[in-house]
Amino acid sequence: MTAEAISSRLASGVVDSSGPRGPKPKTVTVGRIGVYAFLILSALFFLMPLWVMVVTSLKTMPEIREGHLFNWPALLTFDPWLKAWDTACTGRDCNGLKPGFWNSVKITALSVPVSIVIAMINGYALSFWKYKGSELLFGILIFGAFVPYQVVIYPLIIGMRELSLFGTLPGIVIVHTIFGMPILTLLYRNFFASLPIELFKAGRVDGAGFWGIFFRIMLPMSVPITIVAIILQVTGIWNDFLFGTVFAGRENMPMTVQLNNIVTTTTGIREYNVNMAATILTAAVPLVVYFISGKWFVRGIAAGAVKG
Amino acid sequence: MTTSVSIKDLSLNFGNVKVLESLDLEVAQGEFIVLLGPSGCGKSTLLNCIAGLLDVSDGQIFISGKNVTWDEPKDRGIGMVFQSYALYPQMTVEKNLSFGLRVARMPKAEVDARVKRASEILQIEPLLQRKPVELSGGQRQRVAIGRALVRDVDVFLFDEPLSNLDAKLRNDLRIEIKRLHARLKNTMIYVTHDQIEAMTLADRIAIMKNGVIQQLADPHTIYNKPVNLFVAGFIGSPSMNFIKGDLSGTTLSVDGQANIPLTNYQFANQTNGASILGIRPEHIVVGDEARKMPVQMESEIEIVEPMGADTVAWTKIAGQSLTFRAAAEVHLEPGQKVLIGFDPGRGSVFNAASGNRI
Repeated sequence: MTAEAISSRLASGVVDSSGPRGPKPKTVTVGRIGVYAFLILSALFFLMPLWVMVVTSLKTMPEIREGHLFNWPALLTFDPWLKAWDTACTGRDCNGLKPGFWNSVKITALSVPVSIVIAMINGYALSFWKYKGSELLFGILIFGAFVPYQVVIYPLIIGMRELSLFGTLPGIVIVHTIFGMPILTLLYRNFFASLPIELFKAGRVDGAGFWGIFFRIMLPMSVPITIVAIILQVTGIWNDFLFGTVFAGRENMPMTVQLNNIVTTTTGIREYNVNMAATILTAAVPLVVYFISGKWFVRGIAAGAVKG
Repeated sequence: MTTSVSIKDLSLNFGNVKVLESLDLEVAQGEFIVLLGPSGCGKSTLLNCIAGLLDVSDGQIFISGKNVTWDEPKDRGIGMVFQSYALYPQMTVEKNLSFGLRVARMPKAEVDARVKRASEILQIEPLLQRKPVELSGGQRQRVAIGRALVRDVDVFLFDEPLSNLDAKLRNDLRIEIKRLHARLKNTMIYVTHDQIEAMTLADRIAIMKNGVIQQLADPHTIYNKPVNLFVAGFIGSPSMNFIKGDLSGTTLSVDGQANIPLTNYQFANQTNGASILGIRPEHIVVGDEARKMPVQMESEIEIVEPMGADTVAWTKIAGQSLTFRAAAEVHLEPGQKVLIGFDPGRGSVFNAASGNRI
């Protein structure tokens, strides 16, 4: 506005009221349409494999051989799903994915709480009960997150063998606990470090000790971050293939290993529909975890702001 | 009067950094002591040492005659109130208050009686079943005080308890703390960087800088007879005017432009040479009243800051800037020439080299 305009406005004492008013109107521009078109197309593109998997798993083998990859099945069948779960063969055993599923459940159900409880105590001690060398210990622990798994597998096998834990359920649980430690400790330490230190001091003045403060003050506050830790661990351990193959032993083979065995079995014809069904079944658990906990996951990520 | 808290030769180092050095402090039973100083002066550290939340490097701490240097915080007979309230967020107000007692496995009837008494004193009974998130800042701090109260201790420690509150609430709670002290007559040690809180609450103020207590005295003495330049400059708002000059006998010569006779000033330890005269803005008068003062001079006003209750004006004498406080009715405006005057007897004279009062 020019000086004259201002002075004339001031002189007249009247403000022009015909101009823009209220919320700014939303306009649809060509650019915006382009962005949405691109987003929708890329979403469809990335959904393509899932679509192919689902429709293939619902087709009969003769129909698959016709080669119409994207078509909805002419003859809908759920037999491949049942076979994948119950009777598909891995080597000589023909029990489907079922035993693998229960093995995975066992491994996950044990490894997740064990690793989280240890990491929680670690993080708590490293945030509040600092001692000489605790920062160094934390540094070493975090360094562990950058070591490629493959490097330590052989020494770990020897160690497990010497402890007679190789190929046992406790063995695989210990391995998962060890490899979950760096990232989980980091998660918990940073969470506890974000809490006001005065909370800890108040607990000490009130007479609570190491465990008193942990169980009565800190544990109830760490629900959001624990949900994040559970999600991380459940998906990580469920999806694990390497440690399962190496450390679990034949008895405790997790679902992922069994899936691999079903898919790569070379006898007879390749049953694409069964393979697809088996793969979807194996991936279903982490998917369900994400769908159920999506809201909590975001909340947990944002949980830095838990202030009283 | 018996001693409540006694600190002897206390030192604390973090690595090579000396936070507290050979510090001695005696607090009498029922006394309200304020530790005052700028951030990083060691006042909160000292409080944490008394509470037992920090291990000392050297020295001893006695509370109620007992050597507690190595004792756990809970065994020291202290209650503490923190700046961020530090209420346990998942517990109700009642559970917050009773937490320490429940940890100590006190019988339930006794716990209930103490919680009831504390909540009556602090008027937080209607809030007992609420969680801290449902409380306002002032209510939270009241609960935090209550948590110290239920412990039925000899010594209360306050770590900047009002710093997170807005100005009005701060004034209200300040009065409440003063009332609480008058009622309970416990020993209270209170850390703050706010000089108003210090002046209004304290029986004695300990002004700290770099881990050393500069002056420990009642508010009146701290205000009127600061022992050194640091104390003089820290207390008072707007802060004390410092006029640099050369002292010989009882005359301060300011850059050869002006000679100020230090009439009425009682030297404790007179030394000639480079000196600084400190005079508070509120001790400088203007206009007719200035004619009655031993020291009078003409000066031109540069800036005027009306505060409502009074007016602060900025001027210069002999090239050095000077502020003074005048009654709100006195008309002052920039460029105006006024006569100002003061009584050096109410000022303080410091040796420029050592910074100490002479």
